[in-house]
Amino acid sequence: MKAYFGRRYTLSASHRLHAESLSAEQNRVAYGRCNNPHGHGHNYVVEVLAGGAVDAATGMVIDLVALDAVVRTKVLARFDHTNLNLDSLFADQVPTTENLCRAVFDLLKDALPAGELEYVRVEETENNFFQCSAA
Amino acid sequence: MIELTRRATFSAAHYYWNDDWTPEKNEQVFGRCANRNGHGHNYTLEVTVAGEPDPVTGFVVDLKWLKDVIEREVMVAWDHRHLNLEVPEFAKAVPTTENLAIAAWRRLEPAVTAASGARLSRVRIYETPEIFAEFRGPMDGGQA
Repeated sequence: MKAYFGRRYTLSASHRLHAESLSAEQNRVAYGRCNNPHGHGHNYVVEVLAGGAVDAATGMVIDLVALDAVVRTKVLARFDHTNLNLDSLFADQVPTTENLCRAVFDLLKDALPAGELEYVRVEETENNFFQCSAA
Repeated sequence: MIELTRRATFSAAHYYWNDDWTPEKNEQVFGRCANRNGHGHNYTLEVTVAGEPDPVTGFVVDLKWLKDVIEREVMVAWDHRHLNLEVPEFAKAVPTTENLAIAAWRRLEPAVTAASGARLSRVRIYETPEIFAEFRGPMDGGQA
């Protein structure tokens, strides 16, 4: 019987939205205040949904402690209290929350058992969020 | 197709324990949740039904009706109860949030299916604001 287990984590990070391929004026038009030169920050919420068969003995889809360890190691340790622009994943792409969401999805997909990761949702503020799922 | 979700909250006690295991194994797998004195949560149940809005009323289902179904099928049995000791589906099964989502689906699905053109789409249960489980029906994932 397939079910899903979800967990929400928070991380705080700074970023600046700026594309090297665009002119200064084009960057200002595209990103507005998010293009301010010294960056700004968010308290991001990362919601992870894992799907799979419910183990008959434990009643669990995934061990919460194991999931926490993977997210802590692969995502929180990497991004929490950092400047996202300086991470190697954002050397060639703008650290929009769309791109952060996809980066987190890829990091977790590779670290969790195959097929278990249903989606990653990243909430940048209370009023906007992004979701990435397989395919 | 429109999805409509109604939330309800309930408070209940539980503990995690598998009778087939030794106390040591239960404690190793379930940690503090294996404390036989139990503990409790304020749960939030989200019930999502899917369908087309009725051309006259504009409703997928009547929200008051859905509230009454949730109350009758789930809340009466679960709210302010000890899940292991008072709720029949957890006499054997461990009352994890996953199993709660499946059990809530089984309680709600017949009433939703019988009443209207809408179908039960998803049941999600938050154990805390940061932990939740979801069930999308026995056919999800391609197997019953």
